[in-house]
This record gives sequence, C-alpha cells and structure tokens, in this order.
Amino acid sequence: MKFFKSLLGNRKAIAGLVIFGLFTLISIFPGLFTTYHSPDALSYAPRLGPSTGHLFGTTSLGQDIYSQVIYGTRQSLVIAVVAGAFATVLSVLVGVSAAYIGGIVDDFLSLFTNVVLILPTFPLIIILAKYAGQSDLVMVTVLVATGWSYGANQLRAQALSLRNRDFLESARVRGERRSYIILFEMIPTMTSLIVANFLGAALYAVTAAAGLQFLGLGDQSHDSWGEMLYWAQNQEALQSGMPLWALAPGLCIAILGASFALMNYAFDEIGNPALRPVRRKDLRKGATALKGADNVLVDVA
Amino acid sequence: MKFILRRVSMFLFTLWAALTLNFFIPRFMPGNPLLSLEARTRGRMSHAALADMLASFGYKPDSNWFVQYVTYLKDMVTGNWGVSIAVDLGEPVRTMVFQALPWTLGLIGITTVLAFAAGTVIGIVAGWRRGGRLDSWLPSTFVITSALPYFVLGMLLILVLSNWYNLLPGDDTYNTNILPGLSPGFIGSVLQHAILPAAALLITSIGGWILTMRNNMITTLAEDYVRMGRAKGLSNRKIMYGYAARNAMLPNISGFAMSLGFVLSGAILVEYVFNYQGVGYMLLNAVSDSDYPVMQVLFMLYTVAVLLAILAADFVMVWLDPRARAKG
Repeated sequence: MKFFKSLLGNRKAIAGLVIFGLFTLISIFPGLFTTYHSPDALSYAPRLGPSTGHLFGTTSLGQDIYSQVIYGTRQSLVIAVVAGAFATVLSVLVGVSAAYIGGIVDDFLSLFTNVVLILPTFPLIIILAKYAGQSDLVMVTVLVATGWSYGANQLRAQALSLRNRDFLESARVRGERRSYIILFEMIPTMTSLIVANFLGAALYAVTAAAGLQFLGLGDQSHDSWGEMLYWAQNQEALQSGMPLWALAPGLCIAILGASFALMNYAFDEIGNPALRPVRRKDLRKGATALKGADNVLVDVA
Repeated sequence: MKFILRRVSMFLFTLWAALTLNFFIPRFMPGNPLLSLEARTRGRMSHAALADMLASFGYKPDSNWFVQYVTYLKDMVTGNWGVSIAVDLGEPVRTMVFQALPWTLGLIGITTVLAFAAGTVIGIVAGWRRGGRLDSWLPSTFVITSALPYFVLGMLLILVLSNWYNLLPGDDTYNTNILPGLSPGFIGSVLQHAILPAAALLITSIGGWILTMRNNMITTLAEDYVRMGRAKGLSNRKIMYGYAARNAMLPNISGFAMSLGFVLSGAILVEYVFNYQGVGYMLLNAVSDSDYPVMQVLFMLYTVAVLLAILAADFVMVWLDPRARAKG
C-alpha cells in the first residue's frame, strides 16, 4: 500500500502510467478512436494533406495515416510487453539461481550472461530476423534472446547481497526446498528491481522492434508503427510532402518509449529517496523526510 | 596475474562464441548467396556458372561443414578475410572494411566521446547543485530524450534542417562533387555532412550519462570523506572535482568502455537513415545480399571492439581505483 502511495505521489510515474494506459486503451479498442476500420485499404486519394477527414493526411497509396497509427498501436505495445516480460522472466531465472546456487553453476551462468551481454546485439538481431523469417514470433524470440542479459547481471548482484540474510537462513533451517526459497522467499523481496528490469526490457523492445521494422525486417501482414516508418522511408515521405506519415508513428514510438523510461526512473526515485526531486514543500518537512529516508536505506542495505 | 588470466580466457571464449554463432546462423537458415546472386543477374547466367564462380571465391556450401568451420575460424584469426561475394564481387573484404571504418570511427566514435564528456560534466554540476534550477527540470527532460529512438530523431532533423530549410545535408558522407583530399573544401564538406547524424546521436545518448552521473554524484556527496573534506575547509571546487566527482565517475567508466566498444555496431540505424557509408551501412548491405564473408568479418570486428574496450576498462579501473587493485 505504502508503495502504491509513493507511486502515485511521483509525477514521472503518473505521466508514464497515463501514457501507457492511453496506449493500452487504444490497442484494446482501436475502433473507438477512429471511424476508418480498414487502415490498409487504398480507399482515398493519395497524398492528401491533414484535414478534418484525415487528421494526418493520406499515404502515397491513399491510406488514412491516422487510422494506421491507431491500428498499429496494438502490435507495438504487445511486442514491447510480451518481449519485456519474457526477457525479465529469463533474467530472474538465470540471475537469481546463479546467485543462490553459487559454485560452478554460478560460474557457468555468469559466463553465459556475460557472453550474451558482449555479443553485438543489433547486428545479431538483424541477421537472425533476416534469416529466421519475418513474423512476430521470431521478433519476440530475438528480442528476448538478446534482451535478458543486462537484467540477469543486476538481479544476480542483488540476490548475492540477499543470500546470507536471516530470513533465508530461517527458511533453510525450516528445511524448505531450494526452489521454494528462490520462488517464494527471494523473488518477492526483489520485486522493485524486477519491475524496473521489466520496464527497461520493454523500452529496449519498443525501440529495437521499431528499428527492425523500419529496416523492413518485421511482420508485414499487419500494421505497426515501425512498418509505417519503413513504407514512409521507402516512398520518401519526408522529401515529397507527406512528413506526417513518418513523424506520427515515429513520435508514437518515442512517446511509448518515454512512458517506460519515466516509470523506470520513477522506480529509481522511489527506491532511492536521495534521488527524488527537491520541492519547497519537502524542504520544510526536511526532518520527517530524512527520517523516512533513513528507514528506507536501512531496508535496502 | 590471476586477474589477467581470467580476463583473457573470458575474452577468447566470447570471441569463439561470437564467431561460431555467426558461422552457423546464416548457414542453417533459408536464403544463400547463390540465390541472391541469381536474383540479381536475373537468369542471365546459368546456375552452374554462378556456383562455379562463387566456389572460386571460396564459397563451397557442399563441402564438409566441420572442415568449413575450422577453415573459417583459422581465416578469421589470421586476417585472411576473403573476398566479397555480392555486389562488389571479388573485392577483398579487407579493402572494403578499411574504406568504411574511418567514417564510422570518426562520426560515431567522436560523438560517443563528446556525449560522455559533456554528459558527465553536466551531471556533476546538476548533482552538486542539488535542488537548483538545473536539477529541477533536467531529470525529466533527459529521461525523455534518452528514450527517443535515434532514427526517428534523425528523420525529424532531416525533415526540418535539410528538407525545409536546406541548412545542412541529410545524406552521404561528403559532397561527391569535391575531390577527396586534404583540401579545406573537402574537410568542410565532411564536417557538414557529419553534423546532423552526430546531433541525433548526441541528443539521444547524452541523457543516460547525465542521469547516471547526477545520481552517482548525489550518492557520493553523502559519503563521509566529502564531509571530511568540508571539515578540512577545502574549497568547493576541490571537493566537487577532487573528492566527489572522481569517485562518482568510477561506475561510469565501464559503461563508457562498453559504449566505445559498441561504436562500430551500435549506430547501424543512424548510418542507414543518413546514408552514411560506414560499417553499419556495409553490414545492412551484406545481410540483404547474403554476403557471408563481409558479414563474418564485420561481426568479428564488432565483437573484438567490445572485448578490447572492456579489457581496457578493467585496466583503467585498476589504475584509477585502489580498491579494485586490492581485490584483483
């Protein structure tokens, strides 16, 4: 409860949540936001400028750009959330088990993590996406395979610092199984870092997926923002007076990315009160705030 | 000594893993150089003739894969990088790489260093003047800029500064009407063509440095040795740079090394958007043409660059931080 209260008291978190909520709404009910329901149909005159009928104008093929942006939301959001979630699960599994089990298992898992971390990710993604075919499944797999290692290292470090804490010792004395201790004792304690990792992984997935689609390596069978950018670049939208064709999806990608980044940074601020913005109100309440901060710090240590 | 051995074995293992991945991924997936070459010659040459030609350039898909793999590893390590089997058929890969490399190193390398240097200084000042005017708007702004995809920002810059106002060129590495050389005109043209891609990179990458530096600085300023410095009556300047910033920078050194290592591979999209003929642009072409020799060499160079950067960072850390020396 206390955690949610501090989340709602953080402006960056609010901004991030509102944007994310709006995009989620659009991706679930795209029909509510536009009256054109077949965004790929070549139903209009090509190269129209923005007007009340076509908010962002039309493409060089005569498709309504605004409804493409609306219908493209789902794909970008789903890839971000799904790839972010799976990458996080993988980081947790690898990072926490490496730290908890220790010994040769730790050596092996750490080596594996570091190798994946060092591999040149984006070229690898391009090569994989190019040769594995262009579908969303391949895209998500590729993003997960390349996106988990950074988080695994961070989670391992935190799990290592938890390993010898009393509550784990008591669980061991109670004779709990190792899997139980990892799943029900350690992981709940690490929730905030895990959520922060998810947000980071989702941000990575948004930009990397958009980049791949922009290069023409995405699933071409349905709309997405990256796909729109690809066609806009392909048809030289910027040079031929249809800038919104590229700018609208581009800004949407940027805004969705910013929402993940804002939430992520807000998590940092909540976990580490020293980083929070200083407001006049807080300065007056300095003494009480400091006391609270000390409590949190003890908790983290 | 143990530290160096550990590091070097890690280095070799990663290199091997990267080379192996890069050997097997293209070969076990659909599409091959022969098919793309056939598509490009539009049937003007027979299948057998093309196969013969590729074989003479070292592409022999039917021979034993283990032998291929061993030869490949040996060739990569000895610098016997072979010739391109795509558009520039027969062109030595080494020549192609050395033509593209200076552009990427110049544009992206210098921008990375600039972003780190400027971001660190801004972060130090913001963290030092905690709660000041700079510190109040800076985090939110740079959280947002660092989430911008740089190719989107690049397209925006091209649209506004190149298409609408025609102030700066938005593609190519230099004006091809000027003869390359050490003339002021050529150098000016190169610089002019670098401004937009460099700006896109700088704006999107500086935020991360500012934020981490500010946060490290705030944590460091709470340390006892900073209070000690104050108690000794040292000047603010001395405490800020000599005590706080010096320690706050340490965690960023390895991050900086990583980003230097990723200079070669990290800016593929920038080079694509700005048609900048560096190694990233070269990789995209190689991938779309199934040009295995070029892909292999670039992938190896990307990995070696990161590994060297990390190795260098380790040694710099040991040199800068006595605590790391004691642990080593």
